[in-house]
Amino acid sequence: MTIEIKTSTLAPVRNTYAHIERRFGDKPATRYQEATYDVQSESYFHYRPLWQPDKELNDPSRTAITMEDWYDFKDPRQYYYGSYVQQRAKMQENAENNYAFFEKRNLSAHLSDDVQKKIIQFLLPLRHVEHTANLNNVYASAYGYGTAITQAFLYNGMDRLAIAQYLSRIGLILDGNTGESLQQAKSNWMDNSLWQEMRRYCEQTTTVEDWFEVFIAQDVVLDSLVYHLFYELLDKQLSDEGASDLGMLTEFMRQWNKDTTRWVDSVLKVAIAKSDDNKRLIENWISHWLEKSTVALLPISNTLLGDAGLQESQVSFNKRLNKVGLFK
Amino acid sequence: MAKKLNIKDKYRLLTRDLDWAYSYADRSKAFPFEEFEGIKITDWSKWEDPFRLTMDAYWKYQAEKEKKLYAIFDAFSQNNGHLNISDPRYVNAIKIFLTGVSPLEYQAYQGFAHVGRQFGGVGARVACQMQSLDELRHVQTQIHAMSHYNKFFDGFQDFSHMHDRVWYLSVPKSFFNDARAAGPFEFMIAIGFSFEYVLTNLLFVPFMSGAAHNGDMATVTFGFSAQSDEARHMTLGLEIIKFLLEQHEDNVPIVQKWIDKWFWRGTRLLTIVAMMMDYMLPNKVMSWKEAWEVYFEEAGGALFKDLARYGIEMPKYADVIEKEKDHVSHQAWWTFYTLGHAAGFHTWIPTDQELDWLSEKYPDTFDKYYRPRWELAKKMADEGNRFYSPGLPQLCTTCQIPMIFTEMDDPTKTCYRDHVHNGERYHFCSDGCKDIFCDEPEKYVQSWLPVHQIFQGNCGGPDVADILSDFYKMNVGADNLDIEGSPDLERWKKWQNAS
Repeated sequence: MTIEIKTSTLAPVRNTYAHIERRFGDKPATRYQEATYDVQSESYFHYRPLWQPDKELNDPSRTAITMEDWYDFKDPRQYYYGSYVQQRAKMQENAENNYAFFEKRNLSAHLSDDVQKKIIQFLLPLRHVEHTANLNNVYASAYGYGTAITQAFLYNGMDRLAIAQYLSRIGLILDGNTGESLQQAKSNWMDNSLWQEMRRYCEQTTTVEDWFEVFIAQDVVLDSLVYHLFYELLDKQLSDEGASDLGMLTEFMRQWNKDTTRWVDSVLKVAIAKSDDNKRLIENWISHWLEKSTVALLPISNTLLGDAGLQESQVSFNKRLNKVGLFK
Repeated sequence: MAKKLNIKDKYRLLTRDLDWAYSYADRSKAFPFEEFEGIKITDWSKWEDPFRLTMDAYWKYQAEKEKKLYAIFDAFSQNNGHLNISDPRYVNAIKIFLTGVSPLEYQAYQGFAHVGRQFGGVGARVACQMQSLDELRHVQTQIHAMSHYNKFFDGFQDFSHMHDRVWYLSVPKSFFNDARAAGPFEFMIAIGFSFEYVLTNLLFVPFMSGAAHNGDMATVTFGFSAQSDEARHMTLGLEIIKFLLEQHEDNVPIVQKWIDKWFWRGTRLLTIVAMMMDYMLPNKVMSWKEAWEVYFEEAGGALFKDLARYGIEMPKYADVIEKEKDHVSHQAWWTFYTLGHAAGFHTWIPTDQELDWLSEKYPDTFDKYYRPRWELAKKMADEGNRFYSPGLPQLCTTCQIPMIFTEMDDPTKTCYRDHVHNGERYHFCSDGCKDIFCDEPEKYVQSWLPVHQIFQGNCGGPDVADILSDFYKMNVGADNLDIEGSPDLERWKKWQNAS
């Protein structure tokens, strides 16, 4: 049995904002729709930016990708600020419990010296990769077009800062809060020959002008390989070496990657569905950055996982691209 | 036992150490906009983080706030919270907010994403990125807060389309376009310091207190929820100015010029707040003049005393502004009243009680200059001749406000300034606006002045009514005109009778 509280019902004059109604019809809208569609200013800008006088403040020509409607880039997760922070707050609560448990039980004591060294040399430098990803996603948020895609880039950019901070915390757990492990990881990043091609890749992505190409270089190519190599293959290897507890500290990254991959793939699908030109551009960018990423990752992956490592990551990446509709 | 880290060291390890010196790419290509304004940064590591929030803590706090905020929004709409407002006239204040201010929050999101990518120092970048995310929060929560009002009142429905086109909305829009079109450091002085730190109390507080005094639970709850974000933004604004002034003495005159410019731009923008406080709130919070005295003259005065040790002086024309506080709200509401047919909200003549309140709050000016106008307007309206001005106003090229302001020493004389640039004559409402133009004429000749655009035929027409309905997408006869006879008021009366 249900009970029904009587409230006074007033007939509304309209169901939603007029621009939402023009897109979706005269019916109640979701919070994602009202927070997203047509919020960005599109015309009659007053001044050209002093820092880029050939463009308008908001200008779709900051990428070679073209769209009739930039709001086709609907986020399958439907993240607006409120749903985004609430979803991430749940994830961080889990992560916080994991980190607290790991520290309370002093689980780092069970990690052998070799494993600890491996973490410092091969996992912690990724904090600098994440920092690059922060820059690159904020870049796409600042210069991209249409709230649907630019808000998702900002969320992604902030996520990457968070992951850099989680990785740093792993270091602090290992070194007892002295920061030594982070220093060592940074020297590896700066000077160890195994990391230099990776550092080159990162530095170069921050000088690319086309924001969609930045997205391809970072979120599509590099992230796909890095998250597979480090958070799947290396994780498994460390687990085999008796360090399965470490998985508690990197679970956030795996969960995050799963969530984000959905969005990344949908962006690709939408862009290539629009035109063959878009598809060609995207395939060229992917090929270009895939070649560079192979150079960037090979020294590390060969040392860590042998020849098969990067190949396995690339195979899994290729499958994903085919599924999205690229290179076929 | 692990050693305990203090917050500063922890934040340094978790955030500040993430960046590095480039070896394989030209770093000035990655951060290309840092030098052209002439600002000298000798050492980004001297940046003092204004707040040290890691992302996990950010998500946690903000999610808590969002949960509470949306619970109130849901309750508000479920219970027809709009019936609890003081008077239907009030809703017009938040129509101005949604069409004029919320899109600025969006531009703040974009501007802070831009500087949050461009600054060479990681500490400054991350602080700006967080503000960018907060600003996105503000525009979206405002859209959601007003969503319920949009279902029951006219004038909210096309806020984004209107913001890009409507004549008076080009005032706030161009203000933020100006800041975003500037270099990254000027943006920070314009928005981070001048606006967020010095003037925000005169925008945010009046609107939110207005909501509190007028039974608008949705808006005031948003206001409370955004307070802690605003506090963070203010500390960032203060840090940026101290950082720039401490980095190099050559920065001082550049920063002073920007303070002069943005203080003037800001006070012009606040004209609309002045009018809202004095005329649009059925339950008054305080007069504009009082707000100006508390939040600028006292609080701002103390701030500028503090900055004097760096060689920073009170903004230019602060003395003119001190006189303007007695006039601008009256001059602005009169303008909207007489152009009420072309506004996206309703206008009205103050009640007798309100006229008395204005006389009391403005003893030196109201009875002498402004009350007689309202008495005449009332007489005309009573005779069936509600006055609307048929012409379109001339706009100031810089602030884009109609040329409505008077000489402050002679309030019967309109203030006109002009300047010839490349053979064209440009018009200004004040010396402040003229100075800004003359300093960067190439920027301001680009201004998209709505009235000029209308006369050039770029906004449809030919009649004003066509422009309103076709180009602005206003529902003519519903969104505009006097509140007397408006559908808003008719519906309100029906709801009152029904309950």
